[in-house]
Amino acid sequence: MCLGIPGQVLEVLNDGADLAKVDVSGVRRKVNIGLLEHEQLGAGDWVLIHVGFALSKIDENEAEATLDMLKGMGQAYTDEMDALRESMIE
Amino acid sequence: MTYASKIDREQITHYKGSLMRFVDEFRDAEMAQVLSAQIMSLCEPGRQYKFMEVCGGHTHTIYKHGLEDYLPNTVTLVHGPGCPVCVIPMGRVDDAIFIATRPDVIMTTFGDMMRVPGGRGSFFDAKAQGADIRMVYSPLDSLRIAKDNPDKRVVFMAIGFETTAPSSAMTVLRAKALGLDNFSIFCNHVTIIPAIKAILDSPDLRLDGFIGPGHVSTVIGCRPYEFISRQYAKPLVTAGFEPLDILQSIAMILVQLDQGRCEVENQYTRVVPWNGNPRALEVISEVMELRPYFEWRGLGFISHSALRVRDAYADFDAEQIFEMPGVRVADPKACQCGEVLKGVLKPWECKVFGTACTPETPIGTCMVSSEGACAAYYNFGRFTRERVKEATRT
Repeated sequence: MCLGIPGQVLEVLNDGADLAKVDVSGVRRKVNIGLLEHEQLGAGDWVLIHVGFALSKIDENEAEATLDMLKGMGQAYTDEMDALRESMIE
Repeated sequence: MTYASKIDREQITHYKGSLMRFVDEFRDAEMAQVLSAQIMSLCEPGRQYKFMEVCGGHTHTIYKHGLEDYLPNTVTLVHGPGCPVCVIPMGRVDDAIFIATRPDVIMTTFGDMMRVPGGRGSFFDAKAQGADIRMVYSPLDSLRIAKDNPDKRVVFMAIGFETTAPSSAMTVLRAKALGLDNFSIFCNHVTIIPAIKAILDSPDLRLDGFIGPGHVSTVIGCRPYEFISRQYAKPLVTAGFEPLDILQSIAMILVQLDQGRCEVENQYTRVVPWNGNPRALEVISEVMELRPYFEWRGLGFISHSALRVRDAYADFDAEQIFEMPGVRVADPKACQCGEVLKGVLKPWECKVFGTACTPETPIGTCMVSSEGACAAYYNFGRFTRERVKEATRT
């Protein structure tokens, strides 16, 4: 739950629900970017995602490093990714 | 003049800027050795240092990577209360289960919460007995469940520090915008600052500095910690989650102590802005307000340490909608999570650690989450396992 997972913004959806399509380690899901409205996110940007919400904008190096570390966590990372796969935010 | 003064502070900062940039180098044991040597040289001979890592994510990194092996014996790391499921009191779990077992309710929760024991079992137990409890990745997933089940009332078990509170608040705002009248949250969000203050005021523990939480600080920023340096004269360094981040943060704390400073510094500038995330803070305060007091597992009642839903959003507040027992339940006598959460005891010093209490059958909350100090010790404790054996022999 507390893991912040890096994702890359594929598309900001202008649907009035503050959502963006992101790619997290190959898993593509919608997340809420309403907490980063001051960052004016666009496709290609990297964000740190907590429970379906992008909480901070990060650079690509940080994203790679964080993903690498998370993968090394084993079960906690697997659980988080499994939960993400089930997610259908709309 | 100590040897430490030969270490240039700039040199340590240099590691953050250039050396920590590339992925491969995060794992570089050589770099860890360099930092380890710096830490060693910054320690005043004969002085004992106790630093608390507030955040459970840091505890996890420390034990996974055996970081204590890189520290001199005079530096002790004490694990703090920053594990959201660890601090939930049993009575609140019972209240949540009471709501969840109503036939008209679907309870949604993060997976971490499933095994947390209340006085009368956990969510897992309640689910096995027929309660409709569903794990979700995001509170927003609960909204879809609410839409798909208009004849049910969907309650999200909202837990966590300031990292997850904005998500719950945003979800309430979204539910309101969608006109969903069958969704509410059972708000158990807690705030980190009062817990740190309670620990600083605790007579049991003398700390020399803090490794500040990473993700909580992306929301609250670094300013709220300033009372720690001003009123308690202790340094705090907000840290990232890589092993080298933590070692570097310890070096930064030691530099401060060596130079007779106590300040709030930010090692995790890659992610944590000094002023936090103003939008997240705004959303929290739109939907939630501080409770006069809240019980923390192991720490007892702490003033203004938790959030509740504001009256303006009462339609989305499970506490306003449902009756619940609201009974305080004492922790099991054998469990010493309270001492562990305050950093007074190391996990392996608890009588039931690794014997009656394991991640599969946790008695205490610290054994439940992968961020709990006991689970981290249990899963990764290497030399500490030996100490457990020694301890249980005597």
